[in-house]
Amino acid sequence: MNMANVISPSTVDALIKFGIDVAIILLKIVIVLAIGLLHVAYATYFERKVIGHMQVRLGPMRVGPHGLLQPFADGIKLFFKEDIIPAQADKVVFYIAPIIFMAAAMVNLSVIPFDANFVIADINVGLLFIFAMAGIGVYGIFISGWASNSKYAFMGGLRSSAQVISYEIAMGLSLVGVMMMAGSLNLSDIIRAQGESIFGMYAIPQFIGFIVFVIAAVAETNRTPFDLPEAESELVAGYFTEYSSFRFALFFLGEYIAMILMASLCTICFLGGWTLPWYVLKIFPFLSYVPGVVWFVLKVYAFFFFYYWIRATVPRYRYDQFMAIGWKILIPVAIGNILLTGLVKIILKEVL
Amino acid sequence: MIKMQEPEKIFETRELNVNMGPQHPATHGVLRVVLDLDGETIVRLTPYVGYLHRGIEKLGENLSYFQALPLTDRMDYVSAMSNNIGYCVAVEKLYGIEAPPRAKFIRTIVGELSRISNHLLWLATHALDIGAMTVFLYCFREREWILELFEMICGARLTVTYPRVGGVRNDISQEFIDHLVKFLAEFPSRILEYETLIDQNRIWLKRTVGIGVISAEEAINWGMTGPTLRGSGIPYDIRKFMPYDAYDQVEFEVPIGTAGDTYDRYRCRMLELRQSVKIIRQCLEKLPAGPVMADAPKFVLPPKDKMLIITHPVNEIAYFIDEKACKGCGMCLRACPAKAITGEKKKPHKIDQSLCLQCATCFVTCKFKALKIIPGGKGQPEEKLVELSAQPVADEFKKAQEALVAHFDFIKKGPKVPEGEVYVATEVPKGELGFYFVSDGTHKPYRMRVRSPSFIHAGCLERLCKGHLVADVIANIGTIDIVLGECDR
Repeated sequence: MNMANVISPSTVDALIKFGIDVAIILLKIVIVLAIGLLHVAYATYFERKVIGHMQVRLGPMRVGPHGLLQPFADGIKLFFKEDIIPAQADKVVFYIAPIIFMAAAMVNLSVIPFDANFVIADINVGLLFIFAMAGIGVYGIFISGWASNSKYAFMGGLRSSAQVISYEIAMGLSLVGVMMMAGSLNLSDIIRAQGESIFGMYAIPQFIGFIVFVIAAVAETNRTPFDLPEAESELVAGYFTEYSSFRFALFFLGEYIAMILMASLCTICFLGGWTLPWYVLKIFPFLSYVPGVVWFVLKVYAFFFFYYWIRATVPRYRYDQFMAIGWKILIPVAIGNILLTGLVKIILKEVL
Repeated sequence: MIKMQEPEKIFETRELNVNMGPQHPATHGVLRVVLDLDGETIVRLTPYVGYLHRGIEKLGENLSYFQALPLTDRMDYVSAMSNNIGYCVAVEKLYGIEAPPRAKFIRTIVGELSRISNHLLWLATHALDIGAMTVFLYCFREREWILELFEMICGARLTVTYPRVGGVRNDISQEFIDHLVKFLAEFPSRILEYETLIDQNRIWLKRTVGIGVISAEEAINWGMTGPTLRGSGIPYDIRKFMPYDAYDQVEFEVPIGTAGDTYDRYRCRMLELRQSVKIIRQCLEKLPAGPVMADAPKFVLPPKDKMLIITHPVNEIAYFIDEKACKGCGMCLRACPAKAITGEKKKPHKIDQSLCLQCATCFVTCKFKALKIIPGGKGQPEEKLVELSAQPVADEFKKAQEALVAHFDFIKKGPKVPEGEVYVATEVPKGELGFYFVSDGTHKPYRMRVRSPSFIHAGCLERLCKGHLVADVIANIGTIDIVLGECDR
């Protein structure tokens, strides 16, 4: 029997449509990954420059004009380094740990709406998806610490998993207020709801949540003052002490992608994503011609700058003090914020 | 009596044994600390030292008192000046000589500069260990300035060997004083800069207050000295109690803490920075004129310009050959290193003034006293040269040669030291640095012993850390301010 007779024209149409959809998604993935990785590379450069100038020095200056090619030099160097595996390491686990870590971080980029209608997967549980993936990332950290057969790495892994898990609670709770206000878990919907609200960005009505989120985001990405898992002066380099070469680079990439992610999440949930508050547009109407992605990226950069700023300013917390902050302060405050948000919402509903 | 029953063990638990160091970013060199951890709490801590042992004490026994001085640079390389001063003060006491007042003041100045640079490095690394990265670079900015000042005085930045037994190597220049005044004017505002970053920082307070507490009594029993002891409230400072150099002629306070914790020790050192500035200012004001080396020819090297005693500066002499006296023997011709002398055998020779090095070789070689010396140097036309009697100049040369031999002997063997023993302690930035010498009347010490504060402080690390967390080990290693070069010697 001829196959062509079996497939009806409508099926062909559906197939073509499916093919186009897949092609568009693939194209989006390529764009997001390329731009994302470029951002990672230059986030390191930006970090070193910003901190350098804060510390009365220049930062990278040698490779290219003003050290602009430094990230590539670093990448090439890491790529050609010897890949050392410690004796008696659990090899299989040792190999897959950085891959899990980076993949978990990268997958999250798929649900981030960089602009209106530019998102790889516009799923209705975007926020939950990000938390779930962050949870998987912990496995990468933990098993890398376990598989390295090194006590420093082991302690770093333990600290990190404890840290990420406890701060994920605080972070999740801090975002509940946002969910309640927006009435959705879809990240694009959250931004749209924000743009239509009176304040234009949720950082103003949800300022308690915002503060909790920012602190938790710093902790979640293992940055100063919460960089205990990789506390250089205590644990040498924490869970990736024994990693070298490209496997180290994978951890490094994963960490910076996680930073981009946290900055994006903050932008989406509290700073209004690609939108500008209506009052700003009223004062400067010409700003509405600027594409939304520019605002998104600028907000992300601002958050990055904040990351670097605190890194240059504050010392490091001790492990127990740090856990105390998470459990005794941030979580109760976040829960209080949820109650407050709910109360205000009910009152407003009753009054209006 | 009821006996407590041991709870049944479900599974065996062991303490985690961690080897921190000798290669570790925060053990300030090559200190090795073996930790036994229960979770993150420290059950046992054993410091192991000796990874930087170079046998400095033993080396000192085989070197003369001059030659052992550069070894002290290599002990506490962070504050080499203070170590040099400690050594010099001790050897001076053994010799029974005293440095001239100007040298004493200069030593006090460089000693306090060294204290500032040491405390800056301490603050930098301590803050970096606790995680404050910017303080590190701010401190190094000023430390660099001090090292440049050192370079200005003696050409070296780290291992200076500038103070010498009996004084200092050379006088300080006006340029140095100008730069120092500029530094002193600027530095107090820089101290405030560091303090803005950490002094009242909540995280800094949380990491340092109540960490590594040691009571005054215990601190004394552990042999602590310096700011580490003063943090516990004991105002013991050798500069005040047994003043050496010019410390009895300047006014300063000894800052003390109350709680004896890491934060108080930090405060003590920060206040000491200010006191050091005060001391240097006073020293500059009171700086007397005069020589910088003691006048004790038996023990102290003569100044460089007096080493070859020639009354005529060499370049103001020209040599020529007296044609009447010259027999043409060719001795000078062969001896001349510059081949400036020409002439045939048995005929008077001639010196080519453009080639002559004025080395006086021909003058010494000539048996017929045909070589004459003319004052005024080479530039003079030959006819105008006035002949000078050669005899006094020859005497000068002989004296110079003898002086050279004596000088060589002195340097090679070192001065002969009276029998006896001496212990002298000085206040280096880290605490009490003591030098103990036993002299058996020869050129070298029979025994040289160094009481280094770092070694003693490293010993009480377990007392400070027990029961704290891993992160506090780092804070405690920082707070006792050790340098392993000095600890291991």
